[in-house]
Amino acid sequence: MSEKIVPPKTYYLVFGALLVLLMLTVAAAEIPNAALATTAAVTIAVTKALLIILFFMHVRYSSGVTMVFAAGGFLWLAIMFAFTTSDYLTRGERPFEHEQPPVTATTDTQGEMQP
Amino acid sequence: MSAHVAHHFDDATQQAHSATLGMWLFLATEVLFFGGMFLGYAQYRYLYPHAFAEGSHHLDVVLGTINTGILLASSLSVAMAIHGAQLGHRKTLIRLLVVTIVLGIAFLGIKAYEYWHKYQEHLVPGRRFDPHVPAGEAAPPPEMELFFSFYFTMTAVHALHMVIGIGVMIALVVMASRHRFSAEYYTPVEMSGLYWHFVDIVWVFLFPLLYLVG
Repeated sequence: MSEKIVPPKTYYLVFGALLVLLMLTVAAAEIPNAALATTAAVTIAVTKALLIILFFMHVRYSSGVTMVFAAGGFLWLAIMFAFTTSDYLTRGERPFEHEQPPVTATTDTQGEMQP
Repeated sequence: MSAHVAHHFDDATQQAHSATLGMWLFLATEVLFFGGMFLGYAQYRYLYPHAFAEGSHHLDVVLGTINTGILLASSLSVAMAIHGAQLGHRKTLIRLLVVTIVLGIAFLGIKAYEYWHKYQEHLVPGRRFDPHVPAGEAAPPPEMELFFSFYFTMTAVHALHMVIGIGVMIALVVMASRHRFSAEYYTPVEMSGLYWHFVDIVWVFLFPLLYLVG
């Protein structure tokens, strides 16, 4: 096969970067703002996925057709997310506002239910 | 022409190229397969952010982090195994494939321990679902059960992919020990590597979305 042989140093560097990003994503969970924390978590995950796809999966060194095939699945996934999310995000109030539930059950009755 | 090139291909490069394309096409279907579950997760987490955060607090972040590290290390060992195959180093290839298998089994072992723990804590959705509420604290939102439905479905489907991946790696070890690969032909190793890396990527998204909410 006439495929380009990637030097091991590249793999070690990518692995190091992945471990740093793993620590970063654990640290990012401490961000108090929920929206910001989620954005950080997803951004880090996408970065890790790109590193794996480009280097470990050799897409960076592949032909244009392979790149299109690799991107294709994610493109359709993005379309599916965009259409579904545009529905849910534009319904106004959240339909089932069950957040911060009224505490009806007292701790006593809860205690009795425990085996 | 080499013996490993099928008659309908011009040469080994074209044969390897079409194998790669076919594998990526399969992975695209896998992206959409897992994508449906991630989409459901995203919409329900948007509807019940409090319940999802509450459920996430019941998961062990340390075990999740260790398991993520294990999977990332296994991806490195697969990449290095393919590197060994490209150079025609049979011993290196076999050794690194075995390392990958061991790491994969370690991941599943930790996962099994987590499942067992959740079972003990009555956090498996169904009739036995009954989270422990410490005295003086508010009961968790009922939708927390939904979070655990997503947790168990997504991690179980991922674990199934891990089991299949380990089986494929074992088959590769057998093939390699029978001298089936060379520096000229190692396509099965490379294609199995793509699958393994993909399963790793799924976990890269599952970890923060399940273990690190709120």
